[in-house]
Amino acid sequence: MNGEAGGRASVSALRSTGAVRATPAAVIDVCHVEKVFITVRNERIHALHDISLSVGEREFVTIVGPSGCGKSTLLKTIAGLLRASAGSVWVAGTEVAAPRKDIGIVFQNPILLPWRTVMENVLLPAEVQGIPLAKARARARDLLAMVGLADFENKYPMELSGGMQQRAAISRALLSDPKILLMDEPFGALDAMTREQMNLDLQRIWRESGKTVVLITHSIPEAVFLGDRVIVMTPRPGRITRVVEVEIARPRSIEVMGEPPFGRLTSDIRKLLYGLGASKTMPAGGIA
Amino acid sequence: MTALDKAGLAPTPPLRERLQILMRTRPELVLAPVLLVVIIFVWEYGVVLFDVPNYILPPPSAVVVALWRGLDAGLFDRGGYWLHAWVTVAEVLLGFVIGSGVGLILGTVISQFRILDATLRIYLIAIQSLPKIALAPIIVLWFGFGLTSKVVIICLLTFFPLLVNSMAGFKAVDPERLELMRALGANPWQMFWKVRLPSAMPYIFAGLDMAAVFAVVGAVVGEFVGAQRGLGTLILSMNAQMDTAGTFSVFIVLALVGVVIHKVLRIVERRVLFWSGDGMRMIGS
Repeated sequence: MNGEAGGRASVSALRSTGAVRATPAAVIDVCHVEKVFITVRNERIHALHDISLSVGEREFVTIVGPSGCGKSTLLKTIAGLLRASAGSVWVAGTEVAAPRKDIGIVFQNPILLPWRTVMENVLLPAEVQGIPLAKARARARDLLAMVGLADFENKYPMELSGGMQQRAAISRALLSDPKILLMDEPFGALDAMTREQMNLDLQRIWRESGKTVVLITHSIPEAVFLGDRVIVMTPRPGRITRVVEVEIARPRSIEVMGEPPFGRLTSDIRKLLYGLGASKTMPAGGIA
Repeated sequence: MTALDKAGLAPTPPLRERLQILMRTRPELVLAPVLLVVIIFVWEYGVVLFDVPNYILPPPSAVVVALWRGLDAGLFDRGGYWLHAWVTVAEVLLGFVIGSGVGLILGTVISQFRILDATLRIYLIAIQSLPKIALAPIIVLWFGFGLTSKVVIICLLTFFPLLVNSMAGFKAVDPERLELMRALGANPWQMFWKVRLPSAMPYIFAGLDMAAVFAVVGAVVGEFVGAQRGLGTLILSMNAQMDTAGTFSVFIVLALVGVVIHKVLRIVERRVLFWSGDGMRMIGS
């Protein structure tokens, strides 16, 4: 299942960095996924090319790449919102064909419904999925407390700052207690200070909740700060160029960003993305 | 010193000071009523000064007298305003509720089926821009001088704003909200009630505001064309008698009917659309 087909350049690159590995505890398995879109003008867009990736239980994987590299498409394919043109996606041992309850998603925008209070927004998955509301409400309270919104459950989204709205969206994604949390540039719209705080909080939430997280970002520092592994993607067609292991101890504090290992990793990834790095000499890129 | 004394003696500042504060903070609250008084004053004495005949332009005082005469009559008096106002209000309410209701339901149904929407859209938008009021004589011919013909005319006028606006509203639903619902595994029914309909509400209310204005216009024109009762007929007969002051006073009653309907709509709207920014609501359209 874990990709033996070689030959193509990108696949051999993957092998050399250990992206395709047979992890017994893999929760997400992406096998040779291709995605081709046909535009209105009948042009073919090769969004994903031979993507293989497995994510272990409780792992935090970040995906970084420039716009148009297909990272959102990949996330939506894992979520079951898009069907792969070829290849397959497996989550917890079953193939993904449609959106499922064991996957929670946080989008770039919080997408809170403005006519619902914070609590009602967090309860939306329970209403849709028929989870008993009394039980869900207690859980929603716990989640809101965990993200620091305990006193805001009766507020409306427009009364909240952008960061607080995104915290509410994270609570909503966690309500049905999914195994996996998929996050599509969740902090992209926030200012730098709020973003750093959100990164710290997300790290804590991830450790407390024991979820498997896949987070997409276009910020290299964010990817390195949060990820156990950083998947580096490049466009046309969207493919995985490199997988970088981040061997910085947890919990990581903001100070970590000023230390040499962090700087090395970010500058290496930057070189990869700008096509400057000699791909064979990646000093900090860990090999599995 | 004196200011201090004043403050010590009077717990509330005197009228002059309060006016000055008001002029600084909310000048429109002073200027708008002042403007009204000035206009009425100029109108009243302008008519006298330039010796304008009453049947061309009556002074406001004559309009007020006519209004009083009309309202002072018995509830069922054919010369008084109550009976006619009641007929017109009944036409407006019936036509508005039926016409906008059917428009809303049809617009909603059409929006849920892409093929239906794509096929009908061009025709509906074409009809929307037709001057449907011009059909009033034919409708009176078909449905008679009674209540029915006015209700049909109003239905015709109020149907399209709701149809077109609800279609626009459902089309404008943020695709991100729908994707969220899809990710949660929502069925089409849940998508409709929890996201599509609430999202379309600002458009639907804009349509209702428009329809309310059209409803009053439709009633009056329908009554002009052919009716035995209603404020429109009253205006026609007063005009024939050159009772211009009376005509103006009926116009005031009609305006009040319109304002009340508009206010009621606003109150409902504020409750339903409390979450929607002020910018989304159209003023008076």
